[in-house]
Amino acid sequence: MSASGRRLRVEWTPGTDLLTGICFCGAQRRSDDPVELWRWLLAHPDHDLPS
Amino acid sequence: MAFPRNQWYVAAYGSEVGDGLLARTICGEPIVFYRTRDGRPVGLADRCVHRRYPLSASHRDGDRIVCGYHGFTYDPDGVCVAVPGQRRVPRTARVPRYHVVEQDSLIWVWIGDDDKADPAAIPRAPWLDSPDYVTVRGMEPLAARYELLVDNLMDLSHETYLHAGYIGTPEVAATPITTEVDEEAGVIYVSRRMKDAECPPFYAKSTGIEGRIDRWQDIEYHPPCLYLLHSRIAPTGVEPGPDGDDSRACHAEIVYAITPETETTTHDFWMVARDFALDDEEVSAFLAESNRTVVLQDVEALNLLEKVIAAEPEGYQELSINIDTGGLAARRMLQRMTAR
Repeated sequence: MSASGRRLRVEWTPGTDLLTGICFCGAQRRSDDPVELWRWLLAHPDHDLPS
Repeated sequence: MAFPRNQWYVAAYGSEVGDGLLARTICGEPIVFYRTRDGRPVGLADRCVHRRYPLSASHRDGDRIVCGYHGFTYDPDGVCVAVPGQRRVPRTARVPRYHVVEQDSLIWVWIGDDDKADPAAIPRAPWLDSPDYVTVRGMEPLAARYELLVDNLMDLSHETYLHAGYIGTPEVAATPITTEVDEEAGVIYVSRRMKDAECPPFYAKSTGIEGRIDRWQDIEYHPPCLYLLHSRIAPTGVEPGPDGDDSRACHAEIVYAITPETETTTHDFWMVARDFALDDEEVSAFLAESNRTVVLQDVEALNLLEKVIAAEPEGYQELSINIDTGGLAARRMLQRMTAR
């Protein structure tokens, strides 16, 4: 994985269908929909606004 | 045409560019490539300024190209230095010259504004001409838009279904991925780490590893063109040492250059560089044949998909699931690059 920069990360929890989105600002969100999760990540810094 | 502009694209392998005149269309732009007598690769617009005759269908006079139709003669910088029947060469008689860089055995061409070309921005694939690796390679014409090849390579779960018996095993589709986007560097990473997995024939026959394996697939995509798959294969339980030494594992650097030819055709450059069985020509032949078979399986599937897309009404709603997380990130980055 990359060593620097503004990184957005999506982890897929083994044994589940659950994805966790992790923004470079530290905000996290769980979802089972990658489209919705990218939308949320890319909304930085407005993670709390309705998508 | 909708391509990311102001980008470097792989136009050819270094070995393809020599004394002859190589015609290749990159992002809708016809270009002729050749190598000057001092070894420098050159790319010029492949249309004579006079009546559009392809310079690639012409001939060389030293480092110059002489148009095969009426003899307009061009220097490697694209300036016309002679026309037939008159002394005066019109001031506007020149063809665009492309920025061309040879690096890591690849010929890169800049598609975009002349003053924005920065060779330092070309992503690296150092294995391709490293003495510590042996590389097999090929290029297949793809009758499909380049985005379909990006989708294909960013989601390797398709190996289980499309490439069973070659590189696909059940574990590929069954193993979760981690996806990371480096916004500043413009790189997308997708990692799949398989423990105690079946060894597909592609690696069983080439590495000689018997039994089950730990298999890592670490994708590093530098949109739009360069795709790197760092593949690690080791007997189950063999881990890199605390000092980073990983000499007990086999490594294959699978490299693709995804170069749009037109909006619906693509140059599919593929390379397999390995750090094992370096002197074994049978392994080279096997990997070349096997990987070409795998690539052609993708080509057949993507050509079919292109026909489907061409025939459907606009607005088809795709469905994406977890395996698409990396592909979605790539699409978004490519859309952003194209819109610039």
